[in-house]
Amino acid sequence: MIAFFRRIRALIGKELLTLFRDPKVRIILIAPPMMQLFIFSFAATLEVKNVSVAVLNQDNGKHGLALVHRVAASPTFTRMVFVQSQAELVPLLDEQRIIAALHIAPDFSRGVESGQGASVQLIMDGRRSNAAQIVSGYITSIITAYSMEISKTSGGTPPPALTIERNWFNENLIYLWFTVPSLVAVLAMLITIMVTALSVAREKELGTFEQLLVSPLVPWELLLGKTLPAILVGFCEGLMIVAISVTIFRIPFTGSFLLLAATLLVFVISLVGIGLFLSSISSTQQQAILGAFVFLVPAVTLSGFASPVENMPHWLQVAGLVNPLRHALIPIKGLFLKNMPAIDVWANIWPMLIIAVVGLVLSGWFFTRRLE
Amino acid sequence: MPFAPESFPQDTAQGLVTAAGPAPLVVVQGLCKQFPGGAAPALQGIDATVFAGRMTGLVGPDGAGKTTLLRLMVGLMHGNAGSVTVAGHNAATQAEAIHEVTGYMPQKFGLYEDLTVLENLTLYADLRHVVGKARQERFQQLLHFTDLERFQKRLAGKLSGGMKQKLGLACALLGNPRLLLLDEPSVGVDPISRRELWGMVRELLDGGMGVVWSTAYLDEAEKCDTVILLNQGVKLYDGPPKSLLQSVAGRVFQARGVQEHDRRRVLTHLLQQESVMDGVIQGRYVRVTLREGATTPPLEHGEWVAAAPCFEDAFINALGGGPGGRSRLAESMEVKPVTDQAVIKAQDLTKCFGNFVAVKDNTFRIARGEIFGLLGPNGAGKSTTFKMMCGLLQPTHGKAFVMGLDLKTATSAARSRIGYMAQKFSLYGQLNVLQNLKFFSGLYGLGGRLQKERIDLMVSIFDLHAYLGMNAGVLPLGFKQRLALACSVMHHPDVLFLDEPTSGVDPITRREFWTHINGMVEKGVTVMVTTHFMDEAEYCDRIGFIYRGENIATGSPDDLKAMARTAAMPEPTLEDAFITLVERSDAAREGAA
Repeated sequence: MIAFFRRIRALIGKELLTLFRDPKVRIILIAPPMMQLFIFSFAATLEVKNVSVAVLNQDNGKHGLALVHRVAASPTFTRMVFVQSQAELVPLLDEQRIIAALHIAPDFSRGVESGQGASVQLIMDGRRSNAAQIVSGYITSIITAYSMEISKTSGGTPPPALTIERNWFNENLIYLWFTVPSLVAVLAMLITIMVTALSVAREKELGTFEQLLVSPLVPWELLLGKTLPAILVGFCEGLMIVAISVTIFRIPFTGSFLLLAATLLVFVISLVGIGLFLSSISSTQQQAILGAFVFLVPAVTLSGFASPVENMPHWLQVAGLVNPLRHALIPIKGLFLKNMPAIDVWANIWPMLIIAVVGLVLSGWFFTRRLE
Repeated sequence: MPFAPESFPQDTAQGLVTAAGPAPLVVVQGLCKQFPGGAAPALQGIDATVFAGRMTGLVGPDGAGKTTLLRLMVGLMHGNAGSVTVAGHNAATQAEAIHEVTGYMPQKFGLYEDLTVLENLTLYADLRHVVGKARQERFQQLLHFTDLERFQKRLAGKLSGGMKQKLGLACALLGNPRLLLLDEPSVGVDPISRRELWGMVRELLDGGMGVVWSTAYLDEAEKCDTVILLNQGVKLYDGPPKSLLQSVAGRVFQARGVQEHDRRRVLTHLLQQESVMDGVIQGRYVRVTLREGATTPPLEHGEWVAAAPCFEDAFINALGGGPGGRSRLAESMEVKPVTDQAVIKAQDLTKCFGNFVAVKDNTFRIARGEIFGLLGPNGAGKSTTFKMMCGLLQPTHGKAFVMGLDLKTATSAARSRIGYMAQKFSLYGQLNVLQNLKFFSGLYGLGGRLQKERIDLMVSIFDLHAYLGMNAGVLPLGFKQRLALACSVMHHPDVLFLDEPTSGVDPITRREFWTHINGMVEKGVTVMVTTHFMDEAEYCDRIGFIYRGENIATGSPDDLKAMARTAAMPEPTLEDAFITLVERSDAAREGAA
């Protein structure tokens, strides 16, 4: 029993030394995630800002002009391009100098005044589909507001139904409140997967793994010795990002910290299982890094971080259940923004527990399975 | 096939024997090289001369500076002081001109494994601007010369170690060089191919070529016309090997008639005598080199017979003598339990990788307190056998037992009685020496005061004080190997697996290792060792000759030599024995086919 504790202690001590002894490795563990946190938070935003819109106003009446003024006054559209003919529009759109063009026909004011109604044409750049949709929404709401105003001043009947918007949990739709909590999970995943994917592969490449295999270590001791340090590193990394989110980015944290810590811990354990599995099937560090990327890229894109899971085809939604990031994002965002209750957090923790157990058992099995 | 001098018409005109004697082809003066970050200089004030038409041996253990010197000669790097002149060109400023007249075969010659023999030759011919009809003629000559005609279409990756070296040689010879630099051409080559390669290169000398053959094998050095002996960047000797042997002439003796089971004790005893400078076990004899002016010490049994000195005796002499015979490591160990069961047993051990049979039906038994050696060239299947014994590889069929157990499934307690030292350095390079010692002792369940005592003892025995805080990865090679041995024996194993433990280290460190191994064996430790040094195998009680995956003969070194003894070869060396037995095995195979 004493020998068992000594072996585990030696192994964990060695793992931590390999990670923290070399100043270069220490910097790699801290600096890139911090840089990514700042860069992604400010750059990886889906908000539409600073867009250019072209206006072709062929109408000489006051309504056409009023509409143009309102669009131009919106802070979203920082640059307006006024053109005289349809022909001028084409190259602007073609060269992506504008994202949308508003075409007001010559009979617009007449149509409005006559009460028969009039329409404007909005031409969008379909190549930037997401941004185009958002721009279209903005302009549509400007037009709707204007037509309501006209019908009010002209004493007409108000429209039968009105939309009144209200954003819960993030009243002002601040995009950082969405990205930063997600980045807690994404960056913790990045670092944990890299650390664990390299750990066994490095030893295989350098030949030290054989030394471990002939030693009295039994497979599960080896697994434990490899797992604990990695969990420690990933967990601390995650907590550090949480701390920065709350202090520097001022993201409101409304939920229970203990629940967040528990979520992070289980999340990191599931990642260690996957990372060690990748590592145990690679025989060189290069293979391990490739393996890590093959896992990381789809894990992030299909997690719901970049695009809603509901948009994916059904089979992919089901297949994506093995992705721990998808489960982790829900409670982490929930705990930050809406004080998610424990029962809902648990609903997302147990799938990660299953992933963790499967990953660790598989990698343990591959550990013991000798090279050939 | 004789390689006629007229094959090199250009060469005969220049750089040859003049009335005053041979003209120097390479002149090295006061050459120093210090690598940035390197602890000691790689080369210190080297003076040397290479002559046309002679085989110059560049001799020394790994890390002696052989490769550095060769690279400086072809101008691939520049020295910090001193000069190198090749055929009148300064290596630092006229490297281009030197490349025109030099053929350089680096240690791992850049053969493209996925190209055929002919494609490789074509590629190097393109690089060397050997074109048109001259190219066809040259290919014909070289393929014939290297005996690779039959293998033109074979992928270079599928060639044996010896054939790869021959192809490398052919590529290096493409440009009709006046100077040929060969960096350890005999590494990874079986003894037969080694002799063939040596014979080929000797033929080139007749054409007036100057050849530098770098090697860590001291027996090869003896056959050179002249040698440059390097150790840790310092030149120890420069001149014909015979003169170096003179330094130990009349001081080398063999103790014959020592009782078989007693020879290790006798050696230990002799090495502690004031009069003995160095000693080794040679089959059933004990061979010693006396200090200058000393007389042979008395023997309990047997008699002293004068022996011919060899290059290694002279090398040890130049280094100031061997390390003595006491092993404090062994003294600290308890006597291992006596058993008459075989401690290590292999039954029909076979390993196939796809179609390739790496090890075939290998069967042997090793008793307690015995040293069993697997001897053979690289790639013969030694390490594969070894890994199967240690449970690191699953045998395709057959069984491996250590202390009656299959190590792959053995309990933790059983495995804690094994010590394992892997072929290449496999400690944690990014941890320092002390951290490695702590880790490996902890891994074997040592803790508290006992752990500290054992670590202190290892540090003191292997002289690691100065290196405790240094990362293991940057230690000098000898100390890396010492640390690896220390880590594998700290827990006092009953069985010790050593995979090429002395590969590349200097002869003094090798002596030291064998002193410890001999001492441990006297305490009842069972040792299984692999080596490609033929002379080192003499320490073993029994040897298995491994060739192309097969154990072609097993027996004591003397038994094996006896098998090869003929009227023409009354005193065969182990290498002679190996070659004879390989030829017999080949003949048997062909007879059967």
